[in-house]
Order: sequence, then C-alpha cells, then structure tokens
Amino acid sequence: MIAVIDCNVGNLFSVKNALDFIGEKSEVTSDAAVIEKADALILPGVGAFPEAMREINKLGLVETIKNQAKKKPLLGICLGMQMLFDYGYEFEKCAGLGLISGEIKTIPAEGLKIPHMGWNSLKFKNPSPLLGGIAEGSYFYFVHSYMAFTEDKNISTYVDYGTEVTAMVWDGKYVFGSQCHPEKSGEIGLALLKNFCRLAD
Amino acid sequence: MIGNNLAKRIVPCLDVDMGRVVKGINFIDIKDVGDPVECAALYDKQGADEIVFLDITATHEGRGTMADVVARTAKKVFVPLTVGGGIRTIDDFKDILRAGADKVSVNSAAVRDKELVARAADKFGNQCVVVAIDARRRADGGWGVVINGGRIDTGLDAIEWAKEVERLGCGEILLTSMDADGTKNGFDIALTDAICKSVNIPVIASGGCGKLEHFSQVFEETGADAALAASLFHYRELTIGEVKNHLKEKHIPVRI
Repeated sequence: MIAVIDCNVGNLFSVKNALDFIGEKSEVTSDAAVIEKADALILPGVGAFPEAMREINKLGLVETIKNQAKKKPLLGICLGMQMLFDYGYEFEKCAGLGLISGEIKTIPAEGLKIPHMGWNSLKFKNPSPLLGGIAEGSYFYFVHSYMAFTEDKNISTYVDYGTEVTAMVWDGKYVFGSQCHPEKSGEIGLALLKNFCRLAD
Repeated sequence: MIGNNLAKRIVPCLDVDMGRVVKGINFIDIKDVGDPVECAALYDKQGADEIVFLDITATHEGRGTMADVVARTAKKVFVPLTVGGGIRTIDDFKDILRAGADKVSVNSAAVRDKELVARAADKFGNQCVVVAIDARRRADGGWGVVINGGRIDTGLDAIEWAKEVERLGCGEILLTSMDADGTKNGFDIALTDAICKSVNIPVIASGGCGKLEHFSQVFEETGADAALAASLFHYRELTIGEVKNHLKEKHIPVRI
C-alpha cells in the first residue's frame, strides 16, 4: 500500500487517480500509523512552501516522514519535492524536511515566463531507478516558480529553462523527488510512478 | 545559451452541454461519441498536451453534471485538464478544481467582476486561473473585447484587458479571434502577435485554423505557447498526431 500524504495542500486526488489507474493500492492519509504501515510514501503538493510546512508541522508528521524515509521509498512531487530540502525561500526563509541538502529559490530564468509551465524534455545527470525504461528527452509536465539548488550528485534529471532547472532528485537511497508532475505527464508519467511502486515491492 | 525549451502545446477543445459532447463527432474508435470522458481519453491517446472542456450548459443542474464529467475524466486522463464556461464565483472554481481540473477558465465573469480573477489567483494560485478573451477588430485598427459569443461589445481594448488580467494574477490567456473563428483561414496572426508582445504569461491561440500550415504559422510568426482547435479535431479533418508531426518537421518543439 502506498500512503499519499495529505497535508491539506493541493489536489492529492490526481495522484490517487493515477495510482488507481496503474492498479496500485493507495490511501490518502495524514495518519502517522497508516504512514508507518505503508510500503512507500508519496508526498504531493501544490501551493506555497511555508504554508505546506506549517500544515505538516501542525499534523505532527515531520519526524514520522523523516524516520520512515530511512527505511522505505519516499517520492515528493512538485512542492512535495521542494519540501524534501533544507530550506525554502518562498515569501520567507522556512525550514524543510532536510532529507536532501539544498535550498529552494526562484527560477533564475531572465526574460522567460514564470511560472515555468508546460511540457519540457528531460536531460539526465545521475539517473535514478525511477527512470527505468524512460528515455532521455522524454517530456514531462511542469508548473512551478521555484526550483531546487543542490549538489550535482543529487540531481537525476534537469530541463533547460533559462538555466538548468532541477527536474528530479535522488539521495542515492530511499528519497526521490520530482519537480514535474508524473500524474499529469501522460503515459510516460505513469511509467515513472510504476517504477516507483515497484521499488516498494 | 540555454533558452526556453518548452514544447508548444496542441490543445483540443470539447464543447459539453448537459454532460454530453455537442457537435456531430464521427470518431470511429470510441463507443460513445457523445461521452466527454471517452473523447478526452481518445485525444489523450492521440497526444493532446492538455484538454479543454467548454461547458455550454445554461442551467444550474448542468453545472453539477460538469463537475461529474471532470471527476470521471480525471480518473482516466493524465494530462492537464482545463474547464471553462459559466464559471462565476470562487465556489465554482473550487467545485471544478476539487473535481480534478487543473485550470479554470473565465470569460464574461472576469469582465463583469475583475476582482474574481484576483481572488481566484490568490486562493488557488496564478497557474490555475485562465482568462479567455474573445477579441474582434475595431474600425480604428485595434481590437475590442466581446462577450456572449460576440453579441456584446464590452468597450474594453483587448491589449489593455490582457495586461490588466495579467496584473490581476491570471496565469494564462486563451485568446480567440472572433474575426478568424470559423473561417478556417488561419489563426489571427496580427492579434495573437500583439497580445503575446503585451504580456509575459502564456497565450493560447484560438480560432481560424483549417489546415496543418496554420499551426506552424502561428508558432513561427507569434509568441503563442499553445494552439487550440475544436471542430478540426472533432470532425477528424486532422489528428493531433498529424499536427505534431508537421510541427516537428518545421523544427518547432513538440512532445511526441
């Protein structure tokens, strides 16, 4: 069972719908017991960094998620990926989960439209197991104004948008992040989610 | 130099009345040609980058039906979904987004109450607020904003209105040329170019496309980020795949 962590931000049901579609059992939850019992965790999120962190603190889930991410796969999507890092700078400096070292700041894409919204093609850096069967150049759907700044070793894919925009990250163990939305990226996005679910088996 | 690498989007639009797709579609490979969910799934399979449902139902119960259509579509279609038509309040936004839409498009409601755009952007984020602008050429050479299918001239200037909605927090403009719409003579290049040059948010060009070359023309001659078509895809005059292959041949970045 995959726990889709509900911290009261954004539309979780698109992730849930995608998991249903690929035949994966999942539960949308903010219950620590369910998160502990799950085989893998997905942290989705749309919205603003400080508000999402406030919610997750209020729910008392910070330690639960950090502990569980040491023993089972965790995938952060969009804002959920950004929350994996040390700090975010959206509106104010705000501590994240600190699972991957790095910071979240605005996309330095001078002259380009912000948010970075639409389909962009992946370039590989240090491909993670989530990319099995997914070719370099595949298009994924993005909607975001902030991006992760982290060491190259954590970056599995990036896209060109005025700069090298971090698209997916991996800590080399259990923690994965995707700035783009696999649940909105058609068949290739579903393939990525399948790869993630396979890690949970 | 690293530039903008985004793919140009091809966006099919489905007109939905009381939960059914209108216009006589002759899709051959789906069972129920009037079911918006099946039509959307087929467009997804053909490579649509986004799907727009335009709700043309005038009644209240029809609106509830639309939320149901969106919820059912969101279980089967995994590309962004935009819903427009009849959205008037923040609660309308909430209902449609909660049902599974990614973006909501407003047209006349934004003209009547421009603060709706600001409130929606504030509450749900700029990225999900689309303003549809229907523009028509004026005698003086500029473009005016019309609503109600062109029946009412708002007196607004299209370029000024586009700048205004951007300022209010709109994340994308769906621009329809009432002069080009239905002509099949091609997108309105002058209008699209003028709007793209006036704002720094994505613009979807709509109205007038009749053949493959019109798609490459709008991307080559304007800054449009996406092109929308309804009847062309409905009546299978072109498939989304054909459009994308044509664009690729013209070295325009597309997702294939």
